[in-house]
Amino acid sequence: MRDIKSFVEAGLIGQFPGGIHPPERKSPANQQPLRRLPLPAELVLPLRQHIGPSGQCLVKVGDNVLKGQQLTEAKLSQGLPLHAPTSGTVSAIEERPTAHASGLPEMAIVITPDGDDRWGPKQPLPDFRQQDRATLIEHIQAAGIAGLGGAGFPTAQKLASQKPIQYLIINGVECEPYICADDRLMREQADEIVSGIQILQYISNAEQVLLAIEDNKPEAIESMRNAITGIDDISLRVVPTKYPSGGEKQLIELLTGAQVPHNQLPLDVGLLMQNTGTAYAVKRAIIDGEPLLERVVTLTGECMHNPGNVWALLGTPIDHLLQQGNFQAEEETRVIMGGPMMGFTLPVTAVPVIKTTNCILTPTLEELPPAQAEMACIRCGACAEVCPATLQPQQLQWLAKAKDYDALEQHNLFDCIECGACAYVCPSEIPLVHYYRKAKAEIRNIAREKAKAELARQRFERRQQRLEREKQERLERHRKAAEARKKMQQEKAQQSAPAADQPAATKPAQDKSSAVAAAIARAKAKKAAQQAAQQESSDKDT
Amino acid sequence: MSIVVGLIAIGVLALIFGIILGFAAVKFKVESDPIVDQIDEILPQTQCGQCGYPGCRPYAEAIANGDDINKCPPGGEATIKQLADLMGVEAKPLDAAHGTEDVKKVAVIREDECIGCTKCIQACPVDAILGAAKQMHTVIEHECTGCDLCVEPCPVDCIDMVPVKAKPETWQWDLKSVKANVSMADNIPVKMVE
Repeated sequence: MRDIKSFVEAGLIGQFPGGIHPPERKSPANQQPLRRLPLPAELVLPLRQHIGPSGQCLVKVGDNVLKGQQLTEAKLSQGLPLHAPTSGTVSAIEERPTAHASGLPEMAIVITPDGDDRWGPKQPLPDFRQQDRATLIEHIQAAGIAGLGGAGFPTAQKLASQKPIQYLIINGVECEPYICADDRLMREQADEIVSGIQILQYISNAEQVLLAIEDNKPEAIESMRNAITGIDDISLRVVPTKYPSGGEKQLIELLTGAQVPHNQLPLDVGLLMQNTGTAYAVKRAIIDGEPLLERVVTLTGECMHNPGNVWALLGTPIDHLLQQGNFQAEEETRVIMGGPMMGFTLPVTAVPVIKTTNCILTPTLEELPPAQAEMACIRCGACAEVCPATLQPQQLQWLAKAKDYDALEQHNLFDCIECGACAYVCPSEIPLVHYYRKAKAEIRNIAREKAKAELARQRFERRQQRLEREKQERLERHRKAAEARKKMQQEKAQQSAPAADQPAATKPAQDKSSAVAAAIARAKAKKAAQQAAQQESSDKDT
Repeated sequence: MSIVVGLIAIGVLALIFGIILGFAAVKFKVESDPIVDQIDEILPQTQCGQCGYPGCRPYAEAIANGDDINKCPPGGEATIKQLADLMGVEAKPLDAAHGTEDVKKVAVIREDECIGCTKCIQACPVDAILGAAKQMHTVIEHECTGCDLCVEPCPVDCIDMVPVKAKPETWQWDLKSVKANVSMADNIPVKMVE
């Protein structure tokens, strides 16, 4: 830990292994100011927008909702709540295709806006320094804030860690080509971002804040530098342009000179990282009392004739964004959600913007030619040289093709951040990351199946035990019933012996009652025999 | 005389080592993992009985006693391969007499047709069906192993075996299944030219 401290205090910038320098292509989208869009005809809000389970739905079809009204409920550690991005009516709660490479449908709340954009009650906490940490974390959770940089991890969960934080790192690197949403936000909303950073620092109790920006964004650097003048514990770090320096572990290595150990989180070594967009959302949640309702999305690519960055309400259909970006489809145009390195091609464009959507890229075929047919690996090692996680991509590829899942885990497949640097440099055009994603999904599936099989085994064994127990109980009951019957018959025999000496007048009545008793006994015996037979056959079945 | 000394010396040594070994055998006793447990671990635990045994554990016991390893259709090739590795025998194709490998399925009761006879509840090997006499029954989906055993006893034939629906979190990155024109060529990263 001490060497991290001396490294940071000296203001050094380290290096991470590997990395590539793809064309940046941030302009023309980064030249246009942020703009707001007219309301779309409907907003589609998938219940699950981030890692973790979905929340419980609080509204029903036909409800009128106000802007900022909570739509789903989720406790800390159980995902995030969702809010109405504008006022309107809940027109449906149904399965809709989601912003996922599979395009598979998931449950979503559909809101038809009424056009008034009427706010519900807001709950701001402007004097955040008077509040305690737990209140602020709860407030951030209630505002539904997820990490807006990449994976969408719930921010409150990250902040709720009890581990002491030495450095809070604010990630404004945005290293992926084309994407410039954070860049524009830093240029235009620097002061808000800084207040958000201060709130995050107050909550995490970090000694120092490091704000990292890549050196290809001079305007953003300038704007942030102005905003933090006079604030001692926020220092700006300009990192050289290299992909993927915005990756969490890569940026930590750049700023602290140390690696986060395998299987550990940055939190374990006293570091907390948040994206600039997240800092902005935190400011809006705490100071203004507005939950996370919108985010900046970059519209770019040569098929987009009006490129730029827009404030998109969550749930805005991509179709609406394409229309606003004046998208002109050419032959075989792909609509990519995310950047050219880590994004995915959308199978359908009727999917909504979710909390993690940072870019819609519509390149022409000349701009980003599709990959050629895959050729055999020639073991050139180029992929291993550029891997920022120092893995052996070629070896992983062989193992993934052979479906050798144990060996893949031994080769640390799960350390792969899927940055795509290996596939970018591969001369044989092997879609390496695709193989890793497939293998990861398969390994997770095997683990899930295994857990399910274990559950089934337990339930089967419990059932066997129960059936055995029931059988024993039944046998016991029958034995007792048989004994009781025997006893009764004996008693009756004893009674009927003296009865023979009684006067003849009472005899017919006696006969009658003993005949009834005998009939009952016969019926009982028959029933018992039947039951025994049934039980025998059911025993055979099981 | 020297023979006696030698015998005594060797006898004493034997005694000492005997004590050490005896102690080690107790102290460092290794609980060997019984082979039946290991086999049971590999089997898919559907408890479907297609192998001819009343559940996965009985089949595991049978394999341990030398039965064939290719009688488990729900496990399929993958299970046979694992069993072959474990038992040190050749992997062989699935025995068609016991059924064929199929997609994963789950039982669904058409609830408005259910008469509440509880026959399926009795048949379910993992207690995944909920209901009572003359009340509607339903399947707890995530506990159903897709064993098929409830279908046959149903007197009104209201149980369907439907393939398990793919969800985004269980999706296998099979891009071809999404859309005809999304192909391997659409993989990210997209090649960039200057």
